[in-house]
Amino acid sequence: MSTMTLSRAINSGLRKALEDDPKVVLMGEDIGKLGGVFRVTDGLQKDFGAHRVMDTPLAEAGIIGTAVGLAYRGYRPVCEIQFDGFIYPGFDQIVTQVAKLHYRTGGAVKMPITIRVPFGGGIGAVEHHSESPEAYFTHTSGLRVVSCSNPQDAHTMVRQAIASDDPVLFFEPKRRYWTKGEVNEEITADTLSLESAAVVNSGNDVTLVSFGPLVATARDAAIAASDEGVSVEVIDLRSLSPIDFATIEASVRKTGRLVITHEAQQFGGLGAEIAASITQRCFYYLEAAPERVTGFDTPYPAAKLEDHFLPNLDRMLDAVDRVMGKDNSLSNWKGQ
Amino acid sequence: MSSVDDGGLVQLLSPTGERVKNADYDSWVEDVDDAQLKSLYEDMVVVRRIDTEATALQRQGELGLWPPLLGQEAAQIGSGRTLREDDFVFGSYRENGVAYCRGVDYTDIMRVWRGNAHAGWNPYDINMAPSQVIIGAQTLHATGYALGCQQDGVDTVAISYFGDGATSQGDVNEAMIFAASYQAPVVFFCQNNQWAISEPVGLQARTPIAGRAPGFGIPSMRVDGNDVLAVMAATRIALDRARSGNGPTFIEAVTYRMGPHTTSDDPSRYVDVLEREDWQVKDPIVRVEAYLKSKDLLTEEFQAGVKAKADDVAKKIRAGTLNMEEPDALSVFDNVYSTSSSWLDRQKNQYSHYLQSFEGGH
Repeated sequence: MSTMTLSRAINSGLRKALEDDPKVVLMGEDIGKLGGVFRVTDGLQKDFGAHRVMDTPLAEAGIIGTAVGLAYRGYRPVCEIQFDGFIYPGFDQIVTQVAKLHYRTGGAVKMPITIRVPFGGGIGAVEHHSESPEAYFTHTSGLRVVSCSNPQDAHTMVRQAIASDDPVLFFEPKRRYWTKGEVNEEITADTLSLESAAVVNSGNDVTLVSFGPLVATARDAAIAASDEGVSVEVIDLRSLSPIDFATIEASVRKTGRLVITHEAQQFGGLGAEIAASITQRCFYYLEAAPERVTGFDTPYPAAKLEDHFLPNLDRMLDAVDRVMGKDNSLSNWKGQ
Repeated sequence: MSSVDDGGLVQLLSPTGERVKNADYDSWVEDVDDAQLKSLYEDMVVVRRIDTEATALQRQGELGLWPPLLGQEAAQIGSGRTLREDDFVFGSYRENGVAYCRGVDYTDIMRVWRGNAHAGWNPYDINMAPSQVIIGAQTLHATGYALGCQQDGVDTVAISYFGDGATSQGDVNEAMIFAASYQAPVVFFCQNNQWAISEPVGLQARTPIAGRAPGFGIPSMRVDGNDVLAVMAATRIALDRARSGNGPTFIEAVTYRMGPHTTSDDPSRYVDVLEREDWQVKDPIVRVEAYLKSKDLLTEEFQAGVKAKADDVAKKIRAGTLNMEEPDALSVFDNVYSTSSSWLDRQKNQYSHYLQSFEGGH
């Protein structure tokens, strides 16, 4: 075990993957000498060579599309998309090719491609650098979508993602890159199922489902709630597609209340799917309608406004109050 | 060597079947003896017969759609026949002539167009990706595959086929950038058939398409795409360059789509009859026929043999298409992932129960 930042834990996971399998290649913009704009690939080109840690031309469709060809040839490309908002030029190749080729070819062609995306807000960035585009990909059949919240998971999950024969969108919580934690690097890639959620805080009154950057906020909210006598169980989804509904279901059957939080916009987002599916599975156990604490249905705002857009501890507690039937911000709301 | 800059269109066989000498290209086809020439002719005739049969099958309601390659036989056979078994083809949806050269099972060609599958064949069986419907996307796949060959230290080459319309796509331009930067062993084979459904090539390019590649740092050739020998020579030059570590090549095969875009299209709404007649005299098969005749090779016996072969292939395709096994209902869920997905397993299970409910299953 050693203490490292989340960003270093991914770096270490990538290093292990490069060591373990000669077919693993890293591709991306500025990932070589510079080590990536967040330094996640720091030092890897020096140690593994420019043919395995490739700086690419500035073209996201080109990165993903050539990764498809490499996968056809038996390689395991790991593509870095520099920022969440830059993934859209590569969207077509991800959705029409990466996601569908295994299905299209009746299983003959595997697409073991990992697409790493630093995502989410909270770092005061300019436009297109703070987005949470996960729902576009969870809506796409054939992709696995995961997000890590702590250094150990980041290390384990990036290795799992690379070892998976399926394409994986790997969303990295960029504002948590500098969070430190203990990391055991002596795990094997099959230590965890790629589909398992984790209960990171036990509780009996409310189930609070989160992932990525908001897990830490949700845990803080649970501590604050306990001061008010409300026991919140926090679940870290880890896998966004498919979702480990069994874990959420077991929790909600216990608590009877569900709050889901994500930075992404609400409409058609992951919260909607979780609320619908859990309502169906746990209808007779629910004490209140599920609540969502999310970004607003606006484009991501300018940095000075992002604190309003991003779910925070207080908004989570407000939703907890709502499902608990306590006084909350909407208690006297008469709007439509 | 004739290049794009001097407006040259490489031609080794004139429309009337005369062998045109070309010092730069002749050596690349000097091994094409009488037997090879006859076999190239046979392939082109067979592929045209496949096209006719498939169109008939579509009109009879046995195929949902068919994209004819009528008029492009020389471009596809001339290039397809030069490839090595280990080379890998990334085509569009119209490269059924190339698939024929790769030794595809005839019936497999029809699988996609009958609606039974998204891919007709296992790509690794014939080293050819399934048909690609997204215009130009496959050029990037070819480039990536070529990078893999380069890293593997082998002299295998990836070749990508696409049309004039595809050259407007970002993917094709990005593929050329990646291929040039990494000097990937890839061949960009553009069949300029003059039409992207109803849009003439002039809407995609103001100047010859082959002229773009040099801007990316990629050598380019513009050849008569209806001349099987010129296409062979150009493709061999490109393959040789890629195999010897000298990077990508762009080939513009100037040809003509004699039929509709697909069986759903109506070219009479946009193609001038006179234009079609102009191209009719440049038919890729007619000129080989004339050349064979000039060499006293076009005997009745030979022609009867070719026709018998073409008819036999057509017969097999028809039988294979009509007898194609329908996919099982629950196979809709197969191969979405290479491993199981709890979400999808549940959905499949529920749909299975739904289907069983019609059989009094529960």
